Amino acid sequence: MDWQRIRDDFPILQQEVNGHPLIYLDSAASSQKPRSVIAALTHYYERDNANVHRALHALSMRATDGFEAARRTVARFLSAASENEIIFTRGTTEGVNLVANAWGSAHLKPGDVILSTGMEHHSDLVPWQLAAQRTGAILKHIPVLDDGTLDMEAFEKLLAPEVKLLALVHISNSLGTINPVREMCAKAKALGATTFVDAAQSAGHIPLSVQDIGCDFLAFSGHKVCAPTGIGVLYGRMAMLEAMPPWHGGGEMILSVTLDSCTFKPPPARFEAGTPDIAGAIGLAAAIEYLEAIGLSNIEQHGLQLAQHALKKLGSIEGLRILGPTTGPRGSLVSFHCEFAHPHDIVEWANTYGIAMRGGHHCTQPLMKRFKVPGSTRASFYLYNTTQEIDRLAEVLESARKFFS
Amino acid sequence: MSPEELRDLYQSVILDHSRKPRNHGEIPPPCLHAHGDNPSCGDEIDVWVKLGDQNLIADIKFTGQGCAISQASASMMTVKVKGKTTEAAAAMREDFRRVVMGDGQPQDEDALGELTLLEGVQKFPQRVKCAMLGWRALEQALESAGK
Repeated sequence: MDWQRIRDDFPILQQEVNGHPLIYLDSAASSQKPRSVIAALTHYYERDNANVHRALHALSMRATDGFEAARRTVARFLSAASENEIIFTRGTTEGVNLVANAWGSAHLKPGDVILSTGMEHHSDLVPWQLAAQRTGAILKHIPVLDDGTLDMEAFEKLLAPEVKLLALVHISNSLGTINPVREMCAKAKALGATTFVDAAQSAGHIPLSVQDIGCDFLAFSGHKVCAPTGIGVLYGRMAMLEAMPPWHGGGEMILSVTLDSCTFKPPPARFEAGTPDIAGAIGLAAAIEYLEAIGLSNIEQHGLQLAQHALKKLGSIEGLRILGPTTGPRGSLVSFHCEFAHPHDIVEWANTYGIAMRGGHHCTQPLMKRFKVPGSTRASFYLYNTTQEIDRLAEVLESARKFFS
Repeated sequence: MSPEELRDLYQSVILDHSRKPRNHGEIPPPCLHAHGDNPSCGDEIDVWVKLGDQNLIADIKFTGQGCAISQASASMMTVKVKGKTTEAAAAMREDFRRVVMGDGQPQDEDALGELTLLEGVQKFPQRVKCAMLGWRALEQALESAGK
């Protein structure tokens, strides 16, 4: 695979920032878009734009075809049993909120346990806190060990008949830890619990199959997999979706409406009230096709190689401490704490050299507290990054160390 | 936004304050206290003030965590306002705001002294809130006096 040529597919990367070639190391926050995705959006808006499902004219039919074809593409991407298990959302956050509200209101009772982890993004924590407040359920967290992995012994102990839901992140956005979701979902299911996987950092980075993971729900965001912002996916096993009441009411989700009542469509329409992000879904399908053409296994290998290179190069900088696992499989990102400067000073420093990184709590405040750091600096990678860029990052961090020390 | 401009901002005085903050710590009650934070970046400053006669800031201390700019700015602030009246501190705050935002000339540049070293923040607009964090906490602490 010629990874250097992949870069040519991303017009945004061909620019200078502050007089230096842009080095974009913030893909865990949002990924860049290849030309084919931008072209799919342009084509849609220039040729096919209309509302879906409602009209019989040519443009509406084309828009509907594109939108529903996108649903099939996503179903194949996740190995879902049917495209009707794919609900389009605004992103991972909306997917979590949908399950927390629609599934939570139907199934959670006082005393039930929602089991999550100490490394969740706020978006997979706050909706469960709200669901617990609404229903009287109790939220418990599997602790994180010093090496950034989950305490599996504690997990075993927390598994009790009261556990009604296991909600956990696949790859930690702060640590890069890859959680054993398959094993954990199996153990939770053996107790009769429902399972939810936050795949925001794993989708588009490693091959993903809901059949293999064995989860009931899985959510991811389009903008992190080379697709536009504003589109995301919630996968739900059909039996689960069918047993769920709607969350949002509106057009498109009903069979018939009187002034006093209505009946709802089956999934996925039941959970897609209002005009959806049609262009976004079509852009997402284009992004998935782009990634599949390169190969998710190739992308996974490239990502691991970049992460390992970063662990080696950054790990040798004096006063820099890596957070999260330093051996074995890991997501394509490296978080670190610098003794010599605060994350925001580091990020600002790197920015003047054209390097885009993120510094702060990464929406994981409890985790930062756990590791006793105010925040961390994170370099996150994707298919368009190179080891040369990481070498450059190491040089710039070394210059920051000299300056701030 | 060149490395040189950033180096100018992080001058030795500022780095010195961030490494060795002055007036660091807490004042035991009774005293005025306020907590300031920037939720977007997580920086925090707590300010404690002991007022003397005629609205004089008899003592001031701070604690906090965050970037070099926020911590150095708070440290430099405590040095400047200690022994001044609350009115003088408020005037200084407004002058300092003008300097870091590039929003007109300060009324009394001499009073600001080394605080003007932070004028480089102008070139980094997203850092203005860092430079102002300690001052915001001080303002809140002083406002709490009448309550």
